[in-house]
Amino acid sequence: MDYKRRNMIKVGTVISLMASTGLISFAQANEWNKAAFDGKSLDDVLKALGSSGVEKSASITLNAPDIAENGAVVPVGISTTLPASQLAILVEKNPNVLAAQFTILDGAQAFVTTRVKMSQSSNVYALVKADGKWFVTSKEIKVTLGGCGG
Amino acid sequence: MADPMRVRAVESGGVVDVKILMKHDMETGQRKDASGKVIAAWHIASIMAKINNKEVFKGEFGTAVSKDPFLNFKFKGGAKGEEVVITWIDNKGDTRTDKAIIA
Repeated sequence: MDYKRRNMIKVGTVISLMASTGLISFAQANEWNKAAFDGKSLDDVLKALGSSGVEKSASITLNAPDIAENGAVVPVGISTTLPASQLAILVEKNPNVLAAQFTILDGAQAFVTTRVKMSQSSNVYALVKADGKWFVTSKEIKVTLGGCGG
Repeated sequence: MADPMRVRAVESGGVVDVKILMKHDMETGQRKDASGKVIAAWHIASIMAKINNKEVFKGEFGTAVSKDPFLNFKFKGGAKGEEVVITWIDNKGDTRTDKAIIA
């Protein structure tokens, strides 16, 4: 009985420690935008990100290959000269359209590169939020081998 | 405990270029195992980069980011010898923090 109680005290201490060192608040503060990642189309995602419409912009550069041999690993990069606060990578024909989104905080530059999976040849969109408005540029990437198979 | 990630930060002309290679399966939730059951999605949900205890970059990943994700970003205001701290957390609550000294 006493042993159990001691353990409970230990667990309590660990939890309060986690809170004080910011471990718990980190998980909560970085709440994943489920609605946006569940979106099945470009419009769904835009709505979930709180955008009413997008403008095409020539100031966004989408660095990606024309043909991807392996759909499981497609390098995609975004850079822009716009004063961006948020960036997002979308793959139109994936089961869930939004692949990743990034928040540009004070000091960071409007530049990001990562690798995404593509189930089939599709348009890839680079979304940029600047001055409260969303801008987009797109590119078609042909995939010779899909990335969602077994 | 999750596997360590590889972090490299290089300063050049006042801009720090950070390259990260995380170790994670990034299961999509679309695949099925041998018995036909769907394998549950398991992916890194968010990632955060800090320098001098100040957040400089944040990202959220969906299932469409490749296995063992690679991420490259740049920021201003870091100096050689300072420490970049990267933390990710996945959708099962697993987390990993790694550091790199700016070179």
